[in-house]
Amino acid sequence: MEYIIIIISAIFVNNIVFAQFLGICPFLGVSNKLSTSVGMGGAVVFVMTLATIVTYLIYQFVLVPLGLGFLQTISYILVIAALVQMVEIILKKVSPSLYQALGIFLPLITTNCAVLGVAILVIQKNLNLLESVVFAVATSVGFTLALVIFAGIREHMELMGVPKGMRGVPIALVVAGLLSLAFMGFAGLV
Amino acid sequence: MQNFTKGFIKNNPVLVLLLGMCPTLGVTTSAINGLGMGLATTFVLVMANVVISLMKNIIPDKVRIPSFIVVIASFVTIVDLVMAGYAPALHEQLGLFIPLIVVNCIVLGRAEAFASKNDVFSSMIDGLGMGLGFAFALTLLGGIREILGSGALFGMKFIQGDAILVFVLAPGAFIALGYLIALINKLRKA
Repeated sequence: MEYIIIIISAIFVNNIVFAQFLGICPFLGVSNKLSTSVGMGGAVVFVMTLATIVTYLIYQFVLVPLGLGFLQTISYILVIAALVQMVEIILKKVSPSLYQALGIFLPLITTNCAVLGVAILVIQKNLNLLESVVFAVATSVGFTLALVIFAGIREHMELMGVPKGMRGVPIALVVAGLLSLAFMGFAGLV
Repeated sequence: MQNFTKGFIKNNPVLVLLLGMCPTLGVTTSAINGLGMGLATTFVLVMANVVISLMKNIIPDKVRIPSFIVVIASFVTIVDLVMAGYAPALHEQLGLFIPLIVVNCIVLGRAEAFASKNDVFSSMIDGLGMGLGFAFALTLLGGIREILGSGALFGMKFIQGDAILVFVLAPGAFIALGYLIALINKLRKA
């Protein structure tokens, strides 16, 4: 039951994009086409889950015992950057087709603040390892959901007569605002 | 002088270059939060630019991005600890977004595009200009949202009764920034 609450809250109620404003750059950047947004979403699910597990273990078994909690930010960002590189190299060897599909999105993920954000959040929220994994998976699914809905709307929007000054990012932000309003309807669900 | 003003107006990182969207949307529920975040980022930008400019001849080209990230992360940790000590209320408000300055594309962008190629003094001025431009944009958006959403500015209430609450909630952030950027687009073309 506890896990279901974590999942619903991370996907809908506290959606990482619409309620917590993390990962806005890829959200605005790669949401022009439905297919690329699915690819990006897949890559984020993969890296976020892996990064959360690794950073959690490092925090609990290296930083805390040594009293180095203040190195959290530095060590996390290095771990995430190294992890993304490693995933890229391994995928290239093990599964070239998946590598092809995720290819260009993987390096972009290092600078996705959602990954670092979730790694820090699970420590702040005092979750245990299993809860952290569930939280990371659910959050990244929420990110993918937001990205896919948004890309679908943007594909349709290309056919609309948007006023000149509003084209591009401004109208995208307004649409995101309306979507965020819709997601607020989930508040109070858990 | 030109290094200073370009970041403030013509290449404003938020309103024109559209970088650093996550903190821009996340912390601007009031003018004071926007200003605090802006100044914290300015400090990191200036210090990181200075240090990277000093070290540009020592750092091998191949590992320059990870080295830049370590430098940036060190200053972010300093800001995080200082703020937690001296401005705990603001630190509480900004929360997760302070450690996330590490992945703010403006900071790494200036390190790579400017500080790694220019001398110390102009790097410092560049960081200061960009940082204050960022702080200005955040304070502006924070001010707009605070006036519309709670009828106050810098915590001083001047409209009695109810305001448009949605502007201090998540959807208001997207919508206000969307219209602000549209307005800036219009003004730049005119």
